[in-house]
Amino acid sequence: MPTLPQIPQSLYFALSAILFTIGAVGVITRRNAIIIFMCLELMLNGVNLAFIAAGSALNSLDGVIFVFFVMTVAAAEAAVGLAIFVMIFRLKGSVNVDQINLLKG
Amino acid sequence: MIATTFSWLVFIGAGLVAIVASLLMVTRRNPVHSALWLIVAFFSIAIIYISLNAQFIAVAQVIVYAGAIMMLILFVIMLIHLEREQELTGKITGAKIVASFITIILFLEIVAAVLSFRVTGMKGPFTPEMVNGFGNVRAVGMVLYGKYMFPFEIASILLLIGIVGAVVLSKRRKE
Repeated sequence: MPTLPQIPQSLYFALSAILFTIGAVGVITRRNAIIIFMCLELMLNGVNLAFIAAGSALNSLDGVIFVFFVMTVAAAEAAVGLAIFVMIFRLKGSVNVDQINLLKG
Repeated sequence: MIATTFSWLVFIGAGLVAIVASLLMVTRRNPVHSALWLIVAFFSIAIIYISLNAQFIAVAQVIVYAGAIMMLILFVIMLIHLEREQELTGKITGAKIVASFITIILFLEIVAAVLSFRVTGMKGPFTPEMVNGFGNVRAVGMVLYGKYMFPFEIASILLLIGIVGAVVLSKRRKE
């Protein structure tokens, strides 16, 4: 029976690139602001996975610390962003980003 | 040997679940279904974190992302009724196709860079054996409350600003 090698680090980076791309395509193609927000969270998760994989490859905990701060920012962003969506829904009756053009000249 | 095979199985299984769940998250019409699929993706990413020896972040992922943030998103989806939104999402324009194509080129660039790249640099002191000797959480705490004390305090101020901003924004104004 042939022995399997250890999982190469590049596979983890490739997985994080796949997740980031799926999130980016979602941000581009979807028009519902809340789904765009969820796709942003998925992109953040792809980046977090790359941080953890690099930290694990280098025997360092700095990647974990950075992911911790990314999670903090994501939590603050979720609170403020969803409050903005609720306010926009009250104002316009919709969260379709094509209809949110208050700043358009 | 058996441990290596098992880690491959865990990686392939969790990775495939994460990819399929995130694809379903992007393509579902109903925002509630999207949110539930995103929770599945977060859980499988947490499994990959555990296989990378980052138990603290795996637990934080489940609590903060799958728990707190997704609960907030589901609350907002159910608060603002989105039934009317569902028929608006179907249009596929040329610009979207071109933009998706460019994003996939970006993905191929990232993969090409990753496959030709080897992680180099100075290895840190936290080998898996050393960290597992006294626990991942304790190691993270030692670094977080030592070297990264000041950014940690700034993060707490950021969260306070987030709370205040959410309250101020969602307060109903008297016209």
